[in-house]
Amino acid sequence: MCLAVPGRVLDIEERDGTRMATVDFGGVVKEVCLEYLPDLQVGEYAIVHVGFALQRLDEESARQTLELFAELGMLQEEFGDPWEMAAKEAGTDPLEEVRNP
Amino acid sequence: MKYIDEFQDPELARRLLDDIHATVTRPWALMEVCGGQTHSIIRHGLDQLLPEQVELIHGPGCPVCVTPLEVIDKALEIASRPGVIFCSFGDMLRVPGTGRDLFQVRGEGGDVRVVYSPLDALLIAQRNPDREVVFFGIGFETTAPPNAMTVHQARRLGIGNFSMLVSHVRVPPAIEAIMSSPSCRVQGFLAAGHVCSVMGVEEYPELAERFRVPIVVTGFEPLDILEGVRRAVRQLERGEHTVDNAYARAVRPEGNPAARAMLEDVFEVTDRAWRGIGVIPDSGWRLSPKYRDHDAEHRFAVDGIRTAEPAECRSGEVLQGLLKPHECEAFGTLCTPRTPLGATMVSSEGACAAYYLYRRLDLPATTTVREASPVV
Repeated sequence: MCLAVPGRVLDIEERDGTRMATVDFGGVVKEVCLEYLPDLQVGEYAIVHVGFALQRLDEESARQTLELFAELGMLQEEFGDPWEMAAKEAGTDPLEEVRNP
Repeated sequence: MKYIDEFQDPELARRLLDDIHATVTRPWALMEVCGGQTHSIIRHGLDQLLPEQVELIHGPGCPVCVTPLEVIDKALEIASRPGVIFCSFGDMLRVPGTGRDLFQVRGEGGDVRVVYSPLDALLIAQRNPDREVVFFGIGFETTAPPNAMTVHQARRLGIGNFSMLVSHVRVPPAIEAIMSSPSCRVQGFLAAGHVCSVMGVEEYPELAERFRVPIVVTGFEPLDILEGVRRAVRQLERGEHTVDNAYARAVRPEGNPAARAMLEDVFEVTDRAWRGIGVIPDSGWRLSPKYRDHDAEHRFAVDGIRTAEPAECRSGEVLQGLLKPHECEAFGTLCTPRTPLGATMVSSEGACAAYYLYRRLDLPATTTVREASPVV
């Protein structure tokens, strides 16, 4: 959760009066709020934390960080299934878990 | 330097290390504040690549670790109530409260849901108007602005069934508390880069001056950390103590003004207990009076829950840099990620988890373990 991940803006739209973007994190795509970086444009990179763009980043730095996170398995940690991970840590068979819709 | 080849830029890593080795003339103890930095250090063996005189002490910068047991118990109580949908970030699922965790509450029938963003919890509230939706709002200055915006949005959109259990913490008062402790050995700080992306660096010069301690804003990639160490050691060797930004590509001096303005509007500074450490004055945020309607603590009347921390867990000492994880008697035996005694082991960002995960059992135990003393 502490991790902030660089991502590239694919698309921007207003929703409920809020500026939102579709952001690509090295293959994983998420909805991101742009209220704290309102002038961020399609194609630009930003550091994103829990669904909010917090600071601009240059493309080269963003790419390097994403590659590193992918190597370390940190993207899986950030975007993977937390129930599966928690079940694994607890030593429970995740298949026995009832999933929330 | 046998592991250096795995660095993104081995040549640059080698140059940074050579410079640090050439600069250092006596022992220095630096504290990295961020849990992400701790993991990067242990994972890449940076502490082994550095000169012996440079000791890295792991700081309290893991939001999951420092959330007090009492707050976890409040979360468990609220999550167990009928009609409640309790939303949390995934890394809180296995943080132990008294006797159980959120993962178990869900197993017992509680409607606990994991969200990626606090805005997802707000969406769940919009879609479930007949249920009470509560979001577990923990974290440092990086996480607080998204949570602040979510409360602001709930109010703006009139979503009355949304509330937040808030337990946010702030880094500068923690630095002050660590430096004020009589047991403190820290001589320099690697400040948490993403915290500074939001807050800028304005809070640090006063601390650097008062405690005569260099504070270097540092990212958490291996090269960032080596550069942070290099700059901190240079200052120490020269007898300097200034604030230096070694993570300029992501940190502007003023931080993110829009995020800071929202923090000021939605939250107010309050004293906050840190798990294993105790209360640090002005070290946290709570909802300001105008947003009190969205405060889950009041809405579910859990203010009265008081829990004592377990005596056998020494995470407080680990969080203050007084004890290395492997020096704890319970490390790897009584206490493992599967059976954690405390949050520094259960959190993937915790120092104990980092040591366990990367098998740093090869390190020799130090001969003396400092007595813990409260930092405040």
